[in-house]
Amino acid sequence: MLEIGLSHYLTVAAILFTIGIFGIFLNRKNVIIILMAIELMLLAVNINLVAFSAFLNDLVGQIFAMLVLTVAAGEAAIGLAILVAYFRNRGTIAVEDINVMKG
Amino acid sequence: MAISGIFFYLFASVTIAAGVMVISARNPVHSVLFLILAFFNSAGLFVLLGAEFVAMILVIVYVGAVAVLFLFVVMMLDVDFAELREGMLQYLPVGGTIGIILMIELILVLGVWAFSPEAGTLAAAPTPPPADVTNTEAIGLLLYTKYVYLFQAAGVVLLIAMVGAIVLTLRHKPGVKRQVIADQVARGPQTAIEIKKVKPGQGI
Repeated sequence: MLEIGLSHYLTVAAILFTIGIFGIFLNRKNVIIILMAIELMLLAVNINLVAFSAFLNDLVGQIFAMLVLTVAAGEAAIGLAILVAYFRNRGTIAVEDINVMKG
Repeated sequence: MAISGIFFYLFASVTIAAGVMVISARNPVHSVLFLILAFFNSAGLFVLLGAEFVAMILVIVYVGAVAVLFLFVVMMLDVDFAELREGMLQYLPVGGTIGIILMIELILVLGVWAFSPEAGTLAAAPTPPPADVTNTEAIGLLLYTKYVYLFQAAGVVLLIAMVGAIVLTLRHKPGVKRQVIADQVARGPQTAIEIKKVKPGQGI
């Protein structure tokens, strides 16, 4: 029970990924929570990468996890910038109101 | 070994509980704080796995930068968050069903994972023994040699993200005087200097 193997880490990552997807379904109106749920999913992917890296004795997984981290940071910055610009123009952040570009 | 097992269960349970609170907290500020807790505990998981450098990067980048960014935006936007939570129970059944199915599938696939016997010999960059080279040094030796182009590409991604965020949020208010370099440079002596003839003994 206390002997921790690869499958333990993969299970934690799977649960975290599911929480992220569930969060997108649950908070369909709040863009900020959706962005946070995406961050949780990226964290789950990082846990997978680092767990495989540790158990396969291969460092490339950790390098890849750092690149995922870079993209996640950039994505959060751009997403929040779009959110702020949108809020200034429309005065709301509800997802259902974001249909101005609909043809 | 037992100690690390206990710590694994501690970090994992707190991470998952914080993840649940992120998506279900009533106040978005609390959501951000639970997100910070989740990242801290997954950094603990990374330390247990022997990936100290990635763990510390996770704490610095996420807790130090991304979470604070979220906190700023949540506090800056004057939004009625209670209104946004309406209809949450309406999405609960379908979201819960999809989530449970997905989790069962993922656990069924990943829980019985087994390596083939020759998997150990296929490593692209085998981890050096921790007694000789620390984790940070090993990552540096790999990142700045074999993966230097990916490293540079990550830098370009961050640069583009920075430029994009600034361009999106920069706003010029009307009525505020700004410096225009071209106008300053284009100024000649005719517009800059005014010559007045002053007669002796009289003022201007």
